[in-house]
Amino acid sequence: MAITPNPYKTTGALGWIDDRFPLTKMWKEHLSEYYAPKNFNFWYFFGSLALLVLVNQLLTGIFLTMHYKPGAETAFDSVEYIMRDVPWGNVIRYMHSTGASAFFVVVFLHMFRGLMYGSYQKPRELIWVFGALIFLVLMAEAFCGYVLPWGNMSYWGAAVIINLFGTIPFIGPDLVVWIQGDFVPSDATLNRLFSIHVIALPFVLVGLVVAHILALHEVGSNNPDGVEIKKNKDPATGIPKDGIPFHPYYTVKDLVGVAGFLILFCAVIFFMPDGGGYFLEAPNFTPASQTNTPEHITPAWYFGTYYAMLRATPSFAGTQIWGVIVMGAAVVILFFVPWLDKSKVKSIRYKGSLSKIALTVFAINFVILNYYGLQPPSAAVQLISQIGTVIYFAFFLLMPWYSANEKTKPVPDRVTE
Amino acid sequence: MNLLMNQTLTRLARAAVVAAGALVANLAGANAGVELLHFSADSGNAASVQRGARNFMAYCSGCHSLKYLRYNRLGEDLGIPDDVLKKNLMFTSDKLGDPIKVAMPAASEQWFGRVPPDLSLETRARGADWVYTYLLSFYLDESRPLGVNNTVLAGASMPHVLWELQGWQKKAEHKAEGEHDGGHHGGSPFEKVTDGSLKPAEYEAFVVDLVNFLDYASEPGKQARISLGLKVMLYLFGLLVLTYLLKKEFWRDVH
Repeated sequence: MAITPNPYKTTGALGWIDDRFPLTKMWKEHLSEYYAPKNFNFWYFFGSLALLVLVNQLLTGIFLTMHYKPGAETAFDSVEYIMRDVPWGNVIRYMHSTGASAFFVVVFLHMFRGLMYGSYQKPRELIWVFGALIFLVLMAEAFCGYVLPWGNMSYWGAAVIINLFGTIPFIGPDLVVWIQGDFVPSDATLNRLFSIHVIALPFVLVGLVVAHILALHEVGSNNPDGVEIKKNKDPATGIPKDGIPFHPYYTVKDLVGVAGFLILFCAVIFFMPDGGGYFLEAPNFTPASQTNTPEHITPAWYFGTYYAMLRATPSFAGTQIWGVIVMGAAVVILFFVPWLDKSKVKSIRYKGSLSKIALTVFAINFVILNYYGLQPPSAAVQLISQIGTVIYFAFFLLMPWYSANEKTKPVPDRVTE
Repeated sequence: MNLLMNQTLTRLARAAVVAAGALVANLAGANAGVELLHFSADSGNAASVQRGARNFMAYCSGCHSLKYLRYNRLGEDLGIPDDVLKKNLMFTSDKLGDPIKVAMPAASEQWFGRVPPDLSLETRARGADWVYTYLLSFYLDESRPLGVNNTVLAGASMPHVLWELQGWQKKAEHKAEGEHDGGHHGGSPFEKVTDGSLKPAEYEAFVVDLVNFLDYASEPGKQARISLGLKVMLYLFGLLVLTYLLKKEFWRDVH
């Protein structure tokens, strides 16, 4: 089927554009005639908020890049230059550093929403897979950005993470040198992480976000009831009975979410930009030093869960690669969720108690793991992290069993509320 | 060359060890257990920050720089006219746009064992509690080269520069046996040996001013940020109400 230019037969200036570019078509397909279920609840704010935070990171990042000077000798000083000599540079920097944490907060909640309402189930598997890719790239992006201020925690964080590659048999040590461009994290490392942080990964991230949204709009949004609204269309108009146009209904609704989010976000930016030492860590106000190891090296807070799993895994057969594998698997397993869930129903509302218990335990366990991933190591922390790691994987690996073998409730034809 | 290789390998090994979960090796408990006094710095107290600036320039700036802070920024933020600034606070430069550097020669490393650190970010790196407690915790200790030690930073190479003001103190006897000092319980961990020119309360006030000033120096834009933040909050609460009403209006026909 050939593409018909200007299918809506617009005229004038808009018609001139529509004859050459699908402006009206895109506007209608993605906003004014994209029909979303009318029963979105609180949890549906986090998708648009993730987009907002992404834009915040891109814009503030542009201004930071104007003043930041990558390089082991210049990076730390240039950040302080931004903080002091660039007009409102401190606020721009805090918007970016707080934005990184906010990104993970909204993405974690967005993913939890997906798990709750089965938003990954057929036909939305690819939306979920793109989302998991976004999460993966976001972690890499956050890590690179974390290194850039070249404070002492940046430096040792970089050393720890890059050295994870050193556990790979045979090629590990050489690989670490290749990644760093030096025998230790250094000027060369910082410059390449800068390049990756400001060009390579944002580029990939934006591309994946576009794919995520295109895939979503192709199949339509899920909702808290997990009901397919397209199954119940008005015969006259062909519009889903439970659907409302995204614009203006959800654009104005999301604005409420934006205002609420900005209140919390700006409260951190303006009144507690350090985030209690979790968003900006005290050791990072000391320049990077090869000879002065921070008392307690922790990753950024949002890596706590995965770091806990890394530490929880003992080394055996003379290698520590098992921890790296476990940590990697913890992220990779997310990709398989659409095929692990064998339930006949999507939403947690109609799943059985096994699924409800599993998801609740998983969520609590995730938070506990995150907390213990940031604590100084001890025997107790080790044990809790090990139990937590088992629970984390059990949630996914047992899903084919508990999701298939429970009594589900009947799903209504139409959305409730 | 060999030495360099060795160092590199040691570092690599160290980083790798830290890395891959061999963290079972206990890193905890490195903070030697001294309980810090609680102090919440207030860089918004302009008079205190001004006194702190004067005190810093008089007692600290001989050795400690504030390399990220410029004189004219200090003058502008604290309302100090340029001529007063030049006459009373600028000892290392007569250019208003210069950062606050030290007159100390590089040889100072041999005097104290290390170059006195820049203090621009001290309250952010260590915390205001730490700096406050540190300045109150010098005590006589004959085992140290300069005859003075500090409970917060054992083996500190800094002499007690403020001894004339505080006087000398020593560790209280009954606390000597490995007990953690801090003053939170059981009164002061120190005993006065000689009086200084300031009364204890005056010396504490002196330290308060100094820490408030360092808190200012760690982020000169902090007060402007907070005051902008209040306006932003006011705006956002208004926006929340407006967007909520807008949403309600638009959604009236959705059932």
